[in-house]
Amino acid sequence: MTKQDLTIALAGNPNSGKTTLFNQLTGANQYIGNWPGVTVEKKEGKLKGHPQVIIQDLPGIYSLSANSLEERIASEQLTQHSPDAIINIVDGTNLERNLYLTMQILEMGIPTVVAINMADMLSKQGAKLDLDKLSKRLGCPVVGISALKGTHINELIAEALKVAKSGQAPKSLAYKKDFERLLNDADVVLGSDLRKDQRRYWLSRALENPEPLNLKPDSLDKLNALVKAYEEKEDDDIQSLITFERYALIDQLVEGVRGGKAPDAVSTSDKIDRIVTNRWLALPIFVVVMTLVFGLSVWGAGPGTLLTDWVNDGLFGEIIPPAVETLLSNWGVADWLQSLILDGIIGGVGAVLGFLPQMVVLFLVLAFLEGTGYMARVAFIMDRVFRRFGLSGKSFIPMLVGVGCSVPGIMASRTIEEERDRRMTVTVTSFIPCSAKLPIIALIAGALFGGAWWVAPSAYFLGIAAVIISGVILKKTKPFAGPPAPFVMELPPYRWPALGTVLRSVWERAWSFVRKAGTVILLSSIVIWVLSSLGWENGSFGMVEDIENGLMAKLGGAIAWIFKPLGFGNWRAAVATITGLVAKENVVSTYGVLYGIGEVSEAGEEIWHHIARDFTAVSAYAFLIFNLICVPCFAAIGAIKREMNSARWTWFAIGYQTVLAYVLALIYYQIGTWMTTGTFNVGTVFGILALVGLLYMIFRRQKDYKKPELSVAPAK
Amino acid sequence: MKTLFDMQPGQKAVVKKVHGEGNLRQRILDMGILRGTELEMIKKAPLGDPIEFKVKGYDLSLRQSEASLVEVEVLK
Repeated sequence: MTKQDLTIALAGNPNSGKTTLFNQLTGANQYIGNWPGVTVEKKEGKLKGHPQVIIQDLPGIYSLSANSLEERIASEQLTQHSPDAIINIVDGTNLERNLYLTMQILEMGIPTVVAINMADMLSKQGAKLDLDKLSKRLGCPVVGISALKGTHINELIAEALKVAKSGQAPKSLAYKKDFERLLNDADVVLGSDLRKDQRRYWLSRALENPEPLNLKPDSLDKLNALVKAYEEKEDDDIQSLITFERYALIDQLVEGVRGGKAPDAVSTSDKIDRIVTNRWLALPIFVVVMTLVFGLSVWGAGPGTLLTDWVNDGLFGEIIPPAVETLLSNWGVADWLQSLILDGIIGGVGAVLGFLPQMVVLFLVLAFLEGTGYMARVAFIMDRVFRRFGLSGKSFIPMLVGVGCSVPGIMASRTIEEERDRRMTVTVTSFIPCSAKLPIIALIAGALFGGAWWVAPSAYFLGIAAVIISGVILKKTKPFAGPPAPFVMELPPYRWPALGTVLRSVWERAWSFVRKAGTVILLSSIVIWVLSSLGWENGSFGMVEDIENGLMAKLGGAIAWIFKPLGFGNWRAAVATITGLVAKENVVSTYGVLYGIGEVSEAGEEIWHHIARDFTAVSAYAFLIFNLICVPCFAAIGAIKREMNSARWTWFAIGYQTVLAYVLALIYYQIGTWMTTGTFNVGTVFGILALVGLLYMIFRRQKDYKKPELSVAPAK
Repeated sequence: MKTLFDMQPGQKAVVKKVHGEGNLRQRILDMGILRGTELEMIKKAPLGDPIEFKVKGYDLSLRQSEASLVEVEVLK
């Protein structure tokens, strides 16, 4: 870092307009990543017009007490890598609660500017804030802005640069005498056991909860004695007392700052909410909104799907492949390379990129709903249902979207703040049958069940059951155990979202998907192509005419035994299952190729009699179960990896899905065969054991795991 | 002991004490629910849980299990 480089951190409550302000400050110069090791998004950008100044967007938080993952990240960022200045954005329509975070930020002693957002909204309501008075009392510059309209942003930038360059720490705010005395005493007792800089912040952290700070036993004892005496005198516990002092100070700070007209007792937002979350209307409105989300993005005749069909059949069907083929032939490119490029790369990556239009439409709708504040209401309405099996109200959207396609479904889990809930949602979303699994259902229903009406609904029922079973099972395992995350959730006022923020959010998500298609999916498409196209034919190794001679068929034959206990231990079923990894549509088309029919219709009517010969009703349904629940396609695995942001968790999800699929199919096939034919053998025993094991995992008593520790080890 | 959980829509109350422990309790406190705070019960979610309150001028939703940690004195 050169001398003139400055870092300014942007801190504020969720829903305070922080993202909109960040976009105003940085324009297009943003880098998006993740904070190391976690799935919380990290954003940085260069300040518009000042490329030597880095703006760092901290997660939206209510407090710096390091209770949640977001708070821990923000507090670590501010304490370990002290920025040169902090811009603290405060929602002017919700002053007290927003200033709570400001109190903690000012304790850190880092140069700070407070930006009061929604200044335009306040003046429209006829309210006035005396910002000079507030600035004098806070001891730091205060600028009134509108992040949405971009007003007074330049003033804010100028003030931020001024404090950053001067390094002028805000004066510390005085709490009541007794509390100041406690801080002083704690300061003496802890001495060099607590870091010297940002002393006030660390003192209050130590008072609040000394446990994560690794204090020496004797200073900890002395501190505890101090705290105990204070608690007895004030007749309350220290956490309440500290919070109380901060809010008491806020009351003094804002005294006389508000002027003009008082805000309406019942705001427009309240009126909207009375209807939208009304006891009787909430669920019908919810159904309408979800139908719209679903209809616009993934429903068969919606704009998203029509565009996707065009990209799949038009762009990657009739336009690009013939054009590339002509080009490659003209260049005289070898046949095998042509096949690799056309069938392997364009076929594989194209199948995935085809989902892009659908996803863009979906992200647009979701970003809009997020911007309006409706997402918090979705969680409010659905929480009761989902909490039962270890998920949260916000898990609903990913699963609904997953009916169309798991990829955007998994990516929609981004809106779940709590990491445990998000990981669980990412793991189970693909159990809901996506539209690409419908041909498999139609194939089995047509070939073995005479097109019975109940097969398709049973597949959805199975998906929902898998989600519930997983919720119950996983919640009892160590990584997902523990007390439920607090659902202490703000229901933000309804607002019209900023167009720029919506579009940027769509762009970020869509781009990350395209990047994935260019890496993981490209590679896996090439591997599958190589395995299917190379092999021994007519006594020599090389490109094969007949897929039956390819390495893939050999591989299928080699692993077919794995599926024997599930009733479909033939190599064709194994190969179809593997190619289903590229895209689930491949399962049916692979069968077409393997039975030597070539091109088959979507539900594969041409091969029904072959399928009927190879399967029994029980083994066919077991095949269906396995293919519906097991690892989704590569695109969905890519999405899982993106959202988990960890190789370990990605493998966990893939492994869990495969094991669950295997166990369910095993139970169904073995016990089903026993019931229908009366044959009882070793397999039946394993089937019963698997069932008992599954039931045990579902009904076993929850062990008490220790609460997850927050590992904040401040540098001394 | 009356808690937030016992309130009816439209009722107002003053917080007497926040029970519970650890992160959950700290979060409730951080959000401005502490001794002396006045709040209003707005409504229950359509399925009966969570519950929405107005506190310090904004809307907050708490699950029943969390609401029952907050001891209040209901105002007439």
